[in-house]
Amino acid sequence: MNAPRFLLAAACLLLASTAHAADTAAWARVLFLHDHNTRVVVVGTSLLGLTAGVVGSFLLLRKRALLGDALAHATLPGIAAAFLLGEAIGLQGKSLPLLLTGAAVTGAIGLGAVLVIRQLTRLKEDAALGIVLSVFFGVGVALLGIVQKTPTGHAAGLESFIYGKTASMLRSDAYLIAGAAAVIAGVCGLFRKELALLCFDADFAASQGWPVRALDVLLMMLAISLTVIGLQAVGLILVIALLVIPSAAARFWTDRLGLMAATAGGLGAAAGYLGAMVSALWPKMPAGAVIVLTAAAFFMLSMLLGPARGILPRAFRRIALAHALTQARRP
Amino acid sequence: MNTPFVWMWDLDGWIIAAGVLCAMSCALLGNFLVLRRMSMMGDAISHAVLPGIAAAFLLSHSRDSAWMFLGAAAVGVLTAVLTQGVHKLGRVDESAAMGVVFTTLFALGLVMIVRAADTIDLDPSCVLYGSLEATPGDLWLLGPWLVPRAVVILAAVFLINLTLVAVFFKELRLTSFDPALADSLGISASAMQYLLMTLTAVTTVASFESVGSIIVIAMLIVPAATAYLLTDRLGVMVTLSLVIAALSSVFGHLSAISVPRWFGYVDTSTTGMMAAVAGLFFGAAVIFSPRQGLVTRWLRRTRMSLRIVRQDVLGVLYRVRELHEQTMPTNVSASAGVDVGKISRAVGIGRVTAAFCLWRLSKTGRIMPDPDGYQLTPTGLEEGRSLVRSHRLWETYLRDHLALPADHLHSPAEKLEHFTGSRMQARLDVETQHPRVDPQGQQVP
Repeated sequence: MNAPRFLLAAACLLLASTAHAADTAAWARVLFLHDHNTRVVVVGTSLLGLTAGVVGSFLLLRKRALLGDALAHATLPGIAAAFLLGEAIGLQGKSLPLLLTGAAVTGAIGLGAVLVIRQLTRLKEDAALGIVLSVFFGVGVALLGIVQKTPTGHAAGLESFIYGKTASMLRSDAYLIAGAAAVIAGVCGLFRKELALLCFDADFAASQGWPVRALDVLLMMLAISLTVIGLQAVGLILVIALLVIPSAAARFWTDRLGLMAATAGGLGAAAGYLGAMVSALWPKMPAGAVIVLTAAAFFMLSMLLGPARGILPRAFRRIALAHALTQARRP
Repeated sequence: MNTPFVWMWDLDGWIIAAGVLCAMSCALLGNFLVLRRMSMMGDAISHAVLPGIAAAFLLSHSRDSAWMFLGAAAVGVLTAVLTQGVHKLGRVDESAAMGVVFTTLFALGLVMIVRAADTIDLDPSCVLYGSLEATPGDLWLLGPWLVPRAVVILAAVFLINLTLVAVFFKELRLTSFDPALADSLGISASAMQYLLMTLTAVTTVASFESVGSIIVIAMLIVPAATAYLLTDRLGVMVTLSLVIAALSSVFGHLSAISVPRWFGYVDTSTTGMMAAVAGLFFGAAVIFSPRQGLVTRWLRRTRMSLRIVRQDVLGVLYRVRELHEQTMPTNVSASAGVDVGKISRAVGIGRVTAAFCLWRLSKTGRIMPDPDGYQLTPTGLEEGRSLVRSHRLWETYLRDHLALPADHLHSPAEKLEHFTGSRMQARLDVETQHPRVDPQGQQVP
């Protein structure tokens, strides 16, 4: 299999460049996860990348790649509202479970709104996503504006959910990601067949009596859960990238769903791992953005070299075929 | 804390002016994006311009608008080109290609900004939310008046958009609705596409500094989508979207300075509230739009089914009377005890619906209650007779001309009878050669 070998090579290349840039001791410490902080961040982002790759594969095949975009933006009002609500009833507004619950609630409402607009009006999917994305995010910005002007709000740092604050990830955050990732991966594994059927031929699935609507909602709930835990790590704009880029890259490597999900998970994890390390080694490298750029580099390589649908292998196959045809035509 | 806000023309007037101009510039382009199913392109471009802006900063070391325009407009067009490239070359689903491109560019922009944080003063959050509230602080002398810079720039952008859309209206319309036909007529669909992309990028850049990109995304999609639910004419749609965009801005600012006070807070971001108000307009259109709205569609369906039920009631009363005439020819006026319960069972509706229909029928003078139940007035008698006549003519027609078997005649006739006018009835009569009885042997009245 080409994919794992390529991944290893890419990882080595990137590591080598990392080593060149910083002194040996520092990169060795980071690479082998000596420091507690680095270990937590790297493990957290790798797991997140892994899970996002798997869920993203199903979303991509269902042609819902940008759904994560709308859902991620729809979590913002939930975060701000949960903070205000927590403050109002005397809880500590900053408590992470509270904020993430709020995020999940408005994410789910946003998902419902997308479905309502798509099913019940003559607007298409793109407009439904765009409307939910912008209106929910607008409400979120308005609520954040209120939070900023409360006495405690300015220090709350809710804006870090937009850009992420990977470097300050806590051990508890990593546990949260690990737990959620295990659940999400477990659900994906459990419903592998059903989700595959949904992605490739929803009409056939419906005619066979599968609850297509429920499966669709299940897939989107997985996307929401992933978005919500990803908020903390990479922020709401870049979590979209983790859902889209590794799975789109994996599509170049194979035509088998299982392999594709595995490759996407691997690419996502590698991007999380490398990105977090680069960010730890160099100053002024925001981890979330570096993770996305690493994933984008994987995407470009995959688009060129991926054996199943990559540009070069496809060109080679065409040339080989033309050659074989001319050979065959010769007497 | 809970002081009433003070309206100041110098401040709030300019904020609203900037908001309205930006919203209208975006809504104008949004009509064509929504029709082309490219709504998400606005989202993609407004995130993707970040590296362009950062690069312009790094190269020019200034917040000079001209540089930023160039940088961001270039990256905006680049986004469209790259998305098409990944989509075509890599055979990636178009929305996924867009997702890959804009998130990558956004991440690139973030890294550039963070790495250059020492030399430039650019806050990524300002790109997202903008600081519309700071608009009146930065004034330009324009003739005898001091006008905020943002208002001048946004007015220029609005005029550019308006002019180009007016000049290319025909081409934009054709390429939006039927790109293949446009290409065959020699109007390049992709040229129009890049024109739209460039205008979107320029508008986004012009807006980012003063109003932020969230309002750009919202105003590119929401007013146009709202207008799309309200009309089927492109010209009307464009006009409506402009009105909705302007209203969203005005009410957005008003609610930003007033709504939070109701809950004991001070005020909030105007741009966020503008998007929220636009969302309210959209929600209202989804529910109450004259032709597309959920409630209006439900009302129309209900009215239609009630009309059909009322006709069915008249038909049942007519048939009862007919049966009565045949069995007891001496006592034709009796209503044979047709009450609400019997009607509801005969027509297959609930008792409440039956009672409501009977009430409407007696109020419009088609039936009248008598001690035994209900009976038809002359008007009702005529309408019931006509309905039953249509039914029986249809049954005959379906048997003679479509050769349907006898047990398949009733249910299509039961549907068709409600949509048969007097001319079609006459035509049916001719086509079936003026039958005296229907296939069941019942008289055609």
